[in-house]
Amino acid sequence: MKPPAVTVSVGSVLLDYVGGRPRVTAHGANVSAVLDDLETRHPGLRWRVVDEQDRLRPHVALFIAGKPVRDLSARLKDGDELHLLQALSGG
Amino acid sequence: MAERGRRASGARHADRPALLIGTAKGGFLLESKGGAWRLAGPFQLGSKVHDVRLDPRDGRTLLLASTGGHLGPTLFRSTDRGRKWRETKGSPKFGRASKAAKFKGTSRGKAVKINFWLEPGPAAEPGSWYCGTSPPGLFRSDDAGDTWTGVLGFNENPMWSTWTTDGDSGTPDGSLLHSVVIDRRDARRLMVGVSGGGAFESTDGGRAWTPRNVGVATDFMPPGEHLYGHDPHQIVASPADPDRLYRQDHCGFYRMDRARSFEWKRVGKNMPRDVGDIGFGVAAHPQDPDVAWTFPMDGTKLWPRTSPGARPAIHRTEDGGKTWRRFDRGLPKEHAYFTVKRQALCADDVAPATGVYFGATSGEVWGSFDRGESWTNLVAHLPHIYSVRTARFR
Repeated sequence: MKPPAVTVSVGSVLLDYVGGRPRVTAHGANVSAVLDDLETRHPGLRWRVVDEQDRLRPHVALFIAGKPVRDLSARLKDGDELHLLQALSGG
Repeated sequence: MAERGRRASGARHADRPALLIGTAKGGFLLESKGGAWRLAGPFQLGSKVHDVRLDPRDGRTLLLASTGGHLGPTLFRSTDRGRKWRETKGSPKFGRASKAAKFKGTSRGKAVKINFWLEPGPAAEPGSWYCGTSPPGLFRSDDAGDTWTGVLGFNENPMWSTWTTDGDSGTPDGSLLHSVVIDRRDARRLMVGVSGGGAFESTDGGRAWTPRNVGVATDFMPPGEHLYGHDPHQIVASPADPDRLYRQDHCGFYRMDRARSFEWKRVGKNMPRDVGDIGFGVAAHPQDPDVAWTFPMDGTKLWPRTSPGARPAIHRTEDGGKTWRRFDRGLPKEHAYFTVKRQALCADDVAPATGVYFGATSGEVWGSFDRGESWTNLVAHLPHIYSVRTARFR
């Protein structure tokens, strides 16, 4: 069975990795799988948001269907929107 | 790329190397052309750039260490003087967390926060580079910076956590590995500085490491001689004599003559008492092992890390630290409160009128074309400067 297709809305700090497109499509049953899928087409993106211990970097924010998540194993379903944004970490 | 810079009187500036500048908001290139210093950049505007280096072996490969405000650390490479940059395929990474006994006390499970120090490898190993990180890790690339592997003899040494206070000694910007000193006679001989942790030396290419801190004060620890836990700010070897080492430490300025002894001698005690011997950077003369420069800062009371008396001056020794002379001609005479960080002081390879350069946290780059005796402001209004490195493009 094909993994769920989701729309990923990409924050401005990551636009260089996705050819400047603020919304891209990816497949995956959870956040980690979606990032892996994006990595195949947009190399380098995953590393900028996830560290070598598979932890979300502290100043990156994720939202699934508008709800904040910090867990890369958070589940996604077909048609979900994943927001991949820079966290509010300045004044 | 935008260009700006200061006019400068011609002859003294001829044949000077370019300067690569790392700042809190990006990288820059400053070059002397036709009597003017011209600024190019910014490179990776918005990124913290702790270091930018040119590969002296090919004279064209630039590596830039970048840390985003929101994103993880990475590196960029250019082979056309910074006109185009390409992100490298990989960046230094610590090993995955493991409960195996053999990894106890190592850096396993840590995450690199900053790619802090870049060092081109030895002449006989083209394409090799080292990178020092925060938390303190040493990494090596053998493909011109495209991919990196940990120097496991250090990063996964069972003493790593003890030497580095588990990678977080409480230093203001995080614990760092810096000053990768490669012996040009024997590339297997390496020395690194860890803030905090101390100096460590390997004679087998990084497999085994020995602390090299005997003789260095530790004012922040109980009295006594400590083997590690020190805070070197920068260590350099004389290009003319790889056994002559200078060390600007949190607790004084030192010299080691490695062929005779591994003990550091506090030659900074010979600095004027009202100036002291605290600072970040040290530069060694390209031909004369007895000549070095340091930029003292106020390390008293609350450690403002600005010039003593807010009157910036460089200090030069010509006898290995026995005596020092202060030079401040051209520099602000009062109320100057900038700091010169450890990668931001350097000397060029011109003789006899060796050039000396520094970048300030206030965004100015200063140059001297007479061995540090008088100073010219080469460019101003840059962001907080982390690094100034010389570069001879070919």
